[in-house]
Amino acid sequence: MVQEMVHPFTRYLREAMMPHIWCSGCGNGIVLNCFVQALDELQKDLDQLVVVSGIGCIGRTAGYTNADSFHTTHGRAIAFASGVKLANPELEVVVISGDGDLFAIGGNHFIHAARRNIGIKVICANNFNYGMTGGQQGPTTPLEASTTTTPYGNIEHPFNLVHLAAASGATYVARWTTLHVRRLTQSIKRMLQKEGFCFIEVVSPCPEIFGRRNKMRTGLDMMEWFRRASVVENFSDPSKAEITPEKLVVGEFVNVEKVSYERLLHEKIAQINEKAMGW
Amino acid sequence: MSKKRTLPMGAHFMSGDIACAEGAIVAGCRFFAGYPITPATEIAEHLSERMPEFGGIYIQMEDEIASIAAVLGASYAGLKAMTATSGPGFSLMQENIGLAVMTETPCVIVDIMRGGPSTGQPTLPGQQDVMQAKWGSHGDYGIIALAPSSVQEMFNLTIEAFNLSETYRVPTLLMGDEIVAHMWEKVVIPSTSEMRMVSRKKPHVSPDKYAPFMPEDDLVPPMACFGEGYRFHATGLTHDEYGYPRTQDSEVQTKLVRRLCEKISQNADRIIKVEEVMLEDADVVVVAYGIVARAALSAVRKAREAGIKAGLLRLVTLWPFPEKHVTKAAKQAKALVVPEMNCGQMVREVERAAKETSVAFLSKLGEDPHTPQEILDVIRRCA
Repeated sequence: MVQEMVHPFTRYLREAMMPHIWCSGCGNGIVLNCFVQALDELQKDLDQLVVVSGIGCIGRTAGYTNADSFHTTHGRAIAFASGVKLANPELEVVVISGDGDLFAIGGNHFIHAARRNIGIKVICANNFNYGMTGGQQGPTTPLEASTTTTPYGNIEHPFNLVHLAAASGATYVARWTTLHVRRLTQSIKRMLQKEGFCFIEVVSPCPEIFGRRNKMRTGLDMMEWFRRASVVENFSDPSKAEITPEKLVVGEFVNVEKVSYERLLHEKIAQINEKAMGW
Repeated sequence: MSKKRTLPMGAHFMSGDIACAEGAIVAGCRFFAGYPITPATEIAEHLSERMPEFGGIYIQMEDEIASIAAVLGASYAGLKAMTATSGPGFSLMQENIGLAVMTETPCVIVDIMRGGPSTGQPTLPGQQDVMQAKWGSHGDYGIIALAPSSVQEMFNLTIEAFNLSETYRVPTLLMGDEIVAHMWEKVVIPSTSEMRMVSRKKPHVSPDKYAPFMPEDDLVPPMACFGEGYRFHATGLTHDEYGYPRTQDSEVQTKLVRRLCEKISQNADRIIKVEEVMLEDADVVVVAYGIVARAALSAVRKAREAGIKAGLLRLVTLWPFPEKHVTKAAKQAKALVVPEMNCGQMVREVERAAKETSVAFLSKLGEDPHTPQEILDVIRRCA
C-alpha cells in the first residue's frame, strides 16, 4: 500500500491557492517557508494569527497562509494591521510585504507605526525593484542599477531599511538574505516572541525581473552574490549596514524592550475607568 | 459616579460634531481613527475623551489614508468602527472606501462638507462632495450616504449609518456640512428602548464550511471576524465566494460586481428615508437636503401663506437615490426646485427622476446657504 505523502507544513498553507504565482528563482517561497517554520517551531495558534499584506509579488503571502488574512490596497498593510492589533491585542498580527509597498507608497505608515511602537511584526522581502509590474525602479534600488524605468542607471539613493526602522523606534530590527535560512527562521521566532513593533528585512532574489538587467541572470547568480558579499555584523550600527556588490551587511541590529502602544493604551483605558468609577 | 454611560434620555444642548460622536457611542462604535481637519475635528476631540470611558479605542493616525485603513482593520477584528473628515481627507480616503466596498467591511465615514475644491473654504459649509460620495472610488459599486439637516440628525443618523453599514456590510457615509457640525441646538436623546442597534450577522456554519463572501437571500454574506477560528481570506482583488482571487475569470467579476451594486439597489426601499412636507397637493416641490432643506422648509411655508401650493421633499438618504419619491412628487407637480450649495450635483439625479416635469436649479456657493427668500423667489417664478 502506498501512503500519500503529506508535507509537514501543509496545515499552514491554503492548498486551494496553489500553485503560487512566483517566478522560478524568486526568494518569496523561502521567506514563506521560514515564516511557516518559525510558526511551527513556536507551535503558534493559527486561529489567533492574522497575516496582512499589501500589493506586490510577496503580497500574495497573506492568501497562501492558512490563518485569517487580508490583502489590502497598495501601501496600506501596516495601517490596516494597526487597526486589527488595537481592536484585538490578543491577535498575533504579521505584515508580510515588499520594499516598494512598505517604503515608497506605504513609507509614512511604516515610520509612524514604528514610532508608536504598535505590536505588529513586519517582514519585508526586499528585491530592489517593483517585480509585479515588470521591474521598475523603487526606494531600495541601488545606485546605478538598471531597471525598466532607469535604463541609463539609477541616480536615486536607496533607503537603508534597517537604519530607517531603528531610527523610527522599532524594538527589533534585523536583516538577512534568503541564503540565511536558519538565521532568518530564528530571527522570525525571536520577533514573534517580542512586544512592540518589529522589523525584519529579507534581501530576496528577483532574477527574472531585476537580476537579468544587472548581471545576475539566475536565482543562483543572486544567491552567489549573497554568499560572496554577506557579512554577519550583529548589533553593529545599522546606519553603516550597507548593501553593495562587495559587501552586504546582515544580522540583528536592534533588540530592546519597550512597552507597546496597545499596552499603554489599554492601561490608560483601565485607569480612566477606575477613576470614573471612583475607585 | 461612573462616567461610563451614554447621555441620559431627554433634552441636551450640543454641537452637531458632538452629537455625531455621542451617536456613535450609542450605536456601539468602539473604534475611531482620524486625522485633524476643520470642520470635523471636534468629533475626534470628543471621542478622544469619550471612547476610553467605554473601553473603546481612539487613535490619531498619520493621515486620512491610514485612518480609513485602520478603521477597516478594526472592523475586521470585530469592532464597530468610524472615521470623520472633511473634503480633502475624504478625497484621500476614496481608494480604501473602495477596498471597504470590495471586502464588504462595515464602517462609517463622516464627511463634514466645506467649500471646495482643494483646500477651499475650511470654515464654511458646502455640498460639493455629494457626487463624490457615490462615485469617488474607482469601479462600480453601491454605497449608502445620509444627509443630516440638524444637530438632532447628526445624532440619529450616525446611529442609522452604523445600523445600515452593519446590515448591508457596506461603508456608510454621513454627509454633514460645516453648519450642522458647528451649530449648537437642542438634541433629544430617546430612551434606550426606543433606539434600535444592529450588528452584522455572524456565520451559522462551522469554519470548514464557511465561505466568507457567499451571500444569503438579502445578497449580504454573514461575517466572521479575525480570531474567531474561521481562518478566512479577504482581498481587494476580484474574488470568489471563498475570498480567493479570481482575477482572470469574467464570470466571477460579473457576479461579484453586480452583487455589490444590487445588494444596495435591491434593498433600496428598506434603506431610503425621505421627509415629505405638504406634498399631497403641491404644484411646486422643493427637493433639498442637509442644512439647505431648513431654508427650503421655511420658504415652502411662506409660499403656502401666500397661497402657493408648495411642498418639500427632503432627502435624508442621498444614496441610493430616492428616485421613486422624486418621480412621484414630480408627476403631480408643475415644477421642482432644487437648491444646493454646489454648482449642480444632486439636481442631475432629480432631473433624471423628474421625467417630463421641469426642474429649476438654485446654486449657491461661498458663505451662507440659501435664504428662505431666495428659494421663495424661485418657487414664485415656478408657480
